[in-house]
Amino acid sequence: MSEITRETVEHLAELARIALSAEEIETLTGQLDAIVESVAKVAEVATPDVPATSHPIAMANVTRPDVPGATLTPEEALAGAPESDGSRFVVSAILGEEQ
Amino acid sequence: MLDLTRLSAAELSELLTDREVSSVEVTQAHLDRIAAVDGEVHAFLHVSEAALAAAASIDAARGDGTPLGPLAGVPVAIKDVLCTHDMPSTAGSRILEGWVPPYDATPVARLRAAGLVPLGKTNMDEFAMGSSTEYSAYGPTRNPWDLDRIPGGSGGGSAAAVAAFEAPLALGSDTGGSIRQPGAVTGTVGVKPTYGGVSRYGAIALASSLDQVGPVTRTVLDAALLHDIVGGHDPRDSTSLPDAWPSFAAAAREGILAESLRGVRVGVVKELDSPGFQAGVTQRFHEALELLTSAGAEIVEVSAPHFEYAVAAYYLILPAEASSNLAKFDSVRFGLRVAPPGGGTVEQVMAATREAGFGPEVKRRVILGTYALSAGYYDAYYGSAQQVRTLIQRDFAAAFERADVLVSPAAPTTAFRIGEKVDDPLAMYLNDVTTIPANLAGVPGMALPMGLAPEDGLPTGFQLMAPARQDARLYRIGATLERLLGERHGAILDGAPVLA
Repeated sequence: MSEITRETVEHLAELARIALSAEEIETLTGQLDAIVESVAKVAEVATPDVPATSHPIAMANVTRPDVPGATLTPEEALAGAPESDGSRFVVSAILGEEQ
Repeated sequence: MLDLTRLSAAELSELLTDREVSSVEVTQAHLDRIAAVDGEVHAFLHVSEAALAAAASIDAARGDGTPLGPLAGVPVAIKDVLCTHDMPSTAGSRILEGWVPPYDATPVARLRAAGLVPLGKTNMDEFAMGSSTEYSAYGPTRNPWDLDRIPGGSGGGSAAAVAAFEAPLALGSDTGGSIRQPGAVTGTVGVKPTYGGVSRYGAIALASSLDQVGPVTRTVLDAALLHDIVGGHDPRDSTSLPDAWPSFAAAAREGILAESLRGVRVGVVKELDSPGFQAGVTQRFHEALELLTSAGAEIVEVSAPHFEYAVAAYYLILPAEASSNLAKFDSVRFGLRVAPPGGGTVEQVMAATREAGFGPEVKRRVILGTYALSAGYYDAYYGSAQQVRTLIQRDFAAAFERADVLVSPAAPTTAFRIGEKVDDPLAMYLNDVTTIPANLAGVPGMALPMGLAPEDGLPTGFQLMAPARQDARLYRIGATLERLLGERHGAILDGAPVLA
């Protein structure tokens, strides 16, 4: 079973926003194929009558009173940013030239 | 002269309380030990410059008669996955190199409030993905028992720091065994609390439905003392349990003094009773079972037929959650930013940053998680894995009807050699076969040393698991077993190489 192709990995890398090198794509294609084949065994016992569990100890609707508490100052929030203008995060162009 | 680094936290606590030593002396002894051995061990990514000042302020408070908690003045190492406002917090990743968070994680804040002295931040596999600490972007940690071997992972730094007497206590995090498996291979004690027992606020998330913060120590009592301090409800973590917890230290002390284990039903999980495990691990495990029997415990065999699907389910759930959690490393709010040659859109900058900032295992798991969550595959992979999780919970529930605790080896082998498995992800994933089920079900687990494997002289670990919310049971029974094993083997870390 070879479900994972080079094109699959290229597509996944684009979705995950990682600019993988050609060499990494090559290595990951083989590794992912082996891993996916191994983990696919979950389907053997996952019959329709078994409900899914998303959290080990279920808690529902955890809320707190809607009162203001201590928050970070703008300076603290921006202190670790790669680029800021004092009150905002700075990013490069959102749209490419063709857009 | 008394070597302060050789004492347990409980022993240091007594000396500090009686004012026979100061926190400055204790802290300096550990800083000296770090300076002497950490060049070889590489347990620390950062050593605090504020440790002696923090120790001095505790000494001053004690001098003034200020009431102090039991571990006030005792040093502690902190896994680099936990945010610290005064030290870099990188989670072992290049993408967070040098990042100093604006706040403390709740477990760290509680340590400080209790007067413990943070010594520094410990090495780990990048974003806690790994079982050997070889995937740290800052180089591997070495096992104090044999510097050519791995200390386990992802929390190899915390376990090695404690095993090498660089710190009496450390904090770790355990998503699939990252506290317990390093404990097993370094001869230390590690506890993964019940899911929700310790706040995850400020713990850089790997897989949010699995992650738990917990203690790494040399004795069961020390683990209990540390758990008492960091545990308990935190309104800042919506998965934090609102329960009132008993004193774990009291449970451990009860276990130390217990005359027998009569009435305790110990369930040996058939599926984890050494299928293909290293011979010396199996031997020490069965000897430990004999000790439990001789102390009056009743040994019952229990079956957990779906545990064989646990690793597969885990390696779908974890990458899926991790790929979502790691989306925040987008080159905007914190950490690295790398622009492609000639610049680019924010999307291209993001992709170039993540390519440069993430290591091979992180990329592998993010891509795998993206695949498991992608349209057309979601039900077959992520959905099925969540169903397996239900089956594993049912296995635990059935087993706990017949037994008070479940037991197994804590890791299938002793420490392997650095480089041995680093290029074989599937082989690496199997290191956690014994520890993953507890994370999937949210139940607490403890690893404690059960002697050295005869064939290689390296530590082996015994795992205890209890029903959710019954962490005290682990401390009580674990402390009794630790005493029985100590009577047979002595304190096993006394046999570790001295290093310096």
